[in-house]
Amino acid sequence: MQDDLVAIKGTQDGLLISLSPTEQWLTVTSELAKRIDEKTAFFSGARVTIELGERPVPKHELTGLKALLERRNLTIALIMSDSRTTIEAAQALDIRAGSSSPITQIDDDLKDALPFTSEEEGIPGVLLRRTLRSGRTVHSDGHVVILGDVNPGAEIVAVGDIFIWGRLRGSVHAGAHGDENAVICALDMSPTQIRIAGLIATAPDDNKRRQIMPEMAFIRDQQIIVEAWNIK
Amino acid sequence: MGAKAITITSGKGGVGKTTTTANLAVALARMNQKVVVIDADIGLRNLDVIMGLENRIVYDLVDVIEGRCKLRQAMIKHKQFNYLYLLPAAQTRDKTAISPTDMMYLVKKLREEFDYILIDSPAGIERGFRNALAPADEVIIVTNPEVSAVRDADRIIGLIEAANKGPARLILNRVKMEMIKKGEMLSADDVTDILAIKLIGIVPEDEYVVPASNSGTPVILNENSRAGIAFNNIARRIMGEDVPFMQLESSGGLFQRIAQWFSGG
Repeated sequence: MQDDLVAIKGTQDGLLISLSPTEQWLTVTSELAKRIDEKTAFFSGARVTIELGERPVPKHELTGLKALLERRNLTIALIMSDSRTTIEAAQALDIRAGSSSPITQIDDDLKDALPFTSEEEGIPGVLLRRTLRSGRTVHSDGHVVILGDVNPGAEIVAVGDIFIWGRLRGSVHAGAHGDENAVICALDMSPTQIRIAGLIATAPDDNKRRQIMPEMAFIRDQQIIVEAWNIK
Repeated sequence: MGAKAITITSGKGGVGKTTTTANLAVALARMNQKVVVIDADIGLRNLDVIMGLENRIVYDLVDVIEGRCKLRQAMIKHKQFNYLYLLPAAQTRDKTAISPTDMMYLVKKLREEFDYILIDSPAGIERGFRNALAPADEVIIVTNPEVSAVRDADRIIGLIEAANKGPARLILNRVKMEMIKKGEMLSADDVTDILAIKLIGIVPEDEYVVPASNSGTPVILNENSRAGIAFNNIARRIMGEDVPFMQLESSGGLFQRIAQWFSGG
């Protein structure tokens, strides 16, 4: 039994079957068939999520996979993929398809409107074009961009970076899953508290009015450093 | 119907919501507007005291909602003004005695007869606040120039925006010019910088306010009171007049004060 070819996990939403994105398609699918046949009673009638990663799976291969599963009395509830080819193939077969990272899901309308494939792969994020007042929260699996102020009492938690095109006076946490390369940028950096990965910093307690300038906070030598953002 | 329902709220307690409501109501009534004020602070009613109508209460808002009396019977006419009424809160109940829908129903009925319906909101962000916000056409936030009050005002403004009741307007109450000059108090600019809503009035700290509230004659009826003048200006702005903001420089002598007054003060 080869775990790196096929991984089967029970999740809240049922069975999640992850297929290796790099091994040969035929090898992977026959391993999957073998694994199911070993426990027919367990798998029979199950609705499963198939995770395909970055592998582009064209329609004919996906049709084959679907048939393979249906013969064994399994139905595909969802295809998770980072490949546009796969997602389009799934849609053509009327299978619900989504991106592995939820935030990359692009509305169908929007996708139609984008004529080019991007040459640069970025990490998706949330953009909010308003001031974030006390008591409001923004949480994101990606980056967070705020076009407006972040007032004291407001809270942002991002797995990626945080950019404030405005005044940062609330509390923000970048790299919330431990990414020490995450950064926090603001046009006016006067936060209640900033956190990057596992580190916490507060603004210096001087009451003097500082000069207002764009600054960036990042981790260097296990410390949060805030530096003026200069164009050099 | 041209009636306007205006809710006066703050988040934090003790910033002067009720004093503001009473004074604006009297100011509007004095300008021949038909005004009714609703005390939405059920269980902690104060508006009746400040307006000097405490001893006339027979029925209250909860009695109306629960059908023990007609709306008309619970409304108390002001001693001095013919078209100024108070709908008092119940003192023996709590905020859950009424719902936002009840408030909307009440205000709808009052719209037929009045020009302005002022609603005095309780402090906080819970049920009482939601009751007071539900029927509002406009919202006025009262805050003081101190960090905690501004923080709470910001929270409330966020909730008002989320309820699509914005944009609220701001009254900065109990401002001490001398302290601002010394850098010991937030200035109006400091406050609007954070809250980013439009200022509709700045009310100076004034020693006349407390005795006026205690005696049930809102300070606006005292012509020597600078707070009274400020409240009057706010009422005129509510009616759509373009009134310049008063100079808050501390009063020198009486003459200087009168001069300021005449200059639109």
